Amino acid sequence: MVERRPTLGILAHVVLILGVIIVAFPLYVTFVASTQTAQDIVNAPMSLLPGSHLVENYTAAIQGRSSGAGSTAPVGRMMFVSLVSALVIAIGKIAISLLSAFAIVYFRFRFRMVAFWAIFMTLMLPVEVRISPTYKVVADLGMLNTFAGLTVPLIASATATFLFRQFFLTVPDELLEAARIDGAGPMRFFKDMLLPLSRTSMAALFVIQFIYGWNQYLWPLLVTTDESMYPVVIGIKRMIAGGEAANEWNLVMATAVLAMIPPALVVMLMQKWFVKGLVDTEK
Amino acid sequence: MGSISIRNVTKQYGLPGKGTPVLHGIDAEIADGEFIVIVGPSGCGKSTLLRMVAGLEEISGGQIAISGRVVNDIEPSERDIAMVFQNYALYPHMSVFDNMAYGLKIAGVPKAEIQQRVDKAAGILQLGALLQRRPRELSGGQRQRVAMGRAIVRQPQVFLFDEPLSNLDAKLRAQTRIEIRKLHAELGVTSLFVTHDQVEAMTLAQRMIVMNAGRVEQIGSPEAVYARPATTFVAGFIGSPPMNLLRGRADGATFHIGGQVLPLTHRAPRDGDIILGLRPEHASIGQSVGWPLQVELLEMLGAERLVHGKLGGSEFTLRLDGTLPPPAEGHTVPLQWSRDHLHWFDAETGARIES
Repeated sequence: MVERRPTLGILAHVVLILGVIIVAFPLYVTFVASTQTAQDIVNAPMSLLPGSHLVENYTAAIQGRSSGAGSTAPVGRMMFVSLVSALVIAIGKIAISLLSAFAIVYFRFRFRMVAFWAIFMTLMLPVEVRISPTYKVVADLGMLNTFAGLTVPLIASATATFLFRQFFLTVPDELLEAARIDGAGPMRFFKDMLLPLSRTSMAALFVIQFIYGWNQYLWPLLVTTDESMYPVVIGIKRMIAGGEAANEWNLVMATAVLAMIPPALVVMLMQKWFVKGLVDTEK
Repeated sequence: MGSISIRNVTKQYGLPGKGTPVLHGIDAEIADGEFIVIVGPSGCGKSTLLRMVAGLEEISGGQIAISGRVVNDIEPSERDIAMVFQNYALYPHMSVFDNMAYGLKIAGVPKAEIQQRVDKAAGILQLGALLQRRPRELSGGQRQRVAMGRAIVRQPQVFLFDEPLSNLDAKLRAQTRIEIRKLHAELGVTSLFVTHDQVEAMTLAQRMIVMNAGRVEQIGSPEAVYARPATTFVAGFIGSPPMNLLRGRADGATFHIGGQVLPLTHRAPRDGDIILGLRPEHASIGQSVGWPLQVELLEMLGAERLVHGKLGGSEFTLRLDGTLPPPAEGHTVPLQWSRDHLHWFDAETGARIES
């Protein structure tokens, strides 16, 4: 639809630019705040021009040299915890979902449909519903304040299993039969056919699950009490002390910016795969 | 080497005893190097039979032996067969070379030999320039050749073809048909080819197996099946347009149909209810005497002309040379035939009665 109507074009641009401003302005303020001193931020009105303390604030945040009333744990460590958790959750989810979808689609075993429906039912339950029993189990297993405690309960994923199941169902049966005639056993078929064919689905899932893992809030809040095991999202919360206490908002904002970078990077880097997956479907 | 024997093979889906039977006791002996076409309407069980030979379907009863070895419980990859699928089933993420080499790689064939075998097959099929392409970059005909190449490199005892030409356009189909014939002449490997297309069956087969509703109707050379169909089903299935089948009553040297009495030149093989068969191309319009055919519709096909009409109330089609003057629609013309071209079938079983 190509129309040459100047007024409509201008209107469309105005709407779009407004939208961008609304989304981008808070991010800009965060960034600006992270380059000023704590004192500058509290002085109303806060300057909307970047200050000169960028390097200083960020090194202070990463090394945990805050003098605020809240938590003063180093953000560097938090970033590491978040990164490990997000990666383990994303990769673990993909691996487990691939295998369970493979079992459900390609093997005829007893209670196969029961297994499928059991997985499918969990789709309907939000994490919050099962959070206290899960906490109890994790606590009893001594997994509080560990990477295992942060990641294992979040790995099982009905959504991803369902997605791969749907994908496997579209793979023609003849492909399996041709592979059988060529002498490929079940795992060989999985490795040589299904894995390469689901590369693009895996990439898409990785992006979604990495961000899901990185942005986890409620669960890490419950299972971590030790500063050295805080993911960065929790870290931001812990840095803000309640009440009248003085917060070093410049460092809090620097931490927020740091927390935003990895998911943004993942999206930007994996976008190529997304597009590639959409453009040339290999099926 | 390369022989297949199918002994009383049955197939049913579902639980034993309660399932739906699909094949009711198929028997066939196929010699080494033969090109056999299994032909029948869709749903007759021909693909199921092929897939049972391949090992992709379980055998419910009976035995299948390849090269004298019973294969009922042997994995497809161990049966020394290769199969070409209807939609080719090429591995979409692999190059043409890898598609052909995959089976050999799994079998642990040394690299140099894989290279040599694939190159040879590619040479035969003129795929040399396409070896590094992906299947989606190929045309339908090229994909079909890759599927054949994948079968050839395995150097099997038996080739199985499951309607491999049905996804090609008419021109390419005719061309590929000839290529498959040549390939068979060159390699001499036993081939089992399933199709629903009788032209494919007639042109490719050394012997054909005509199937209907899970049973074998007739096994024989295309000439034999055409000249002496064993049942009314075969008579109606092979030949285009199909044989005219007139259900009536024979009485001595006369045939009674729809209140008309048609004279025969000889006695019918038996008196009473009977089916008379006469191919459209084996009758002609005579000068004055003959069976009265009421002409209803003419179809001009170029080289020939089809005359549709009624004979004693039954549908009758006549095939005439296109250069002959056509009869007028609505008129009745005298139909002539020769005794050798009459076929007789049992009115109840549909089985052929030799005269």
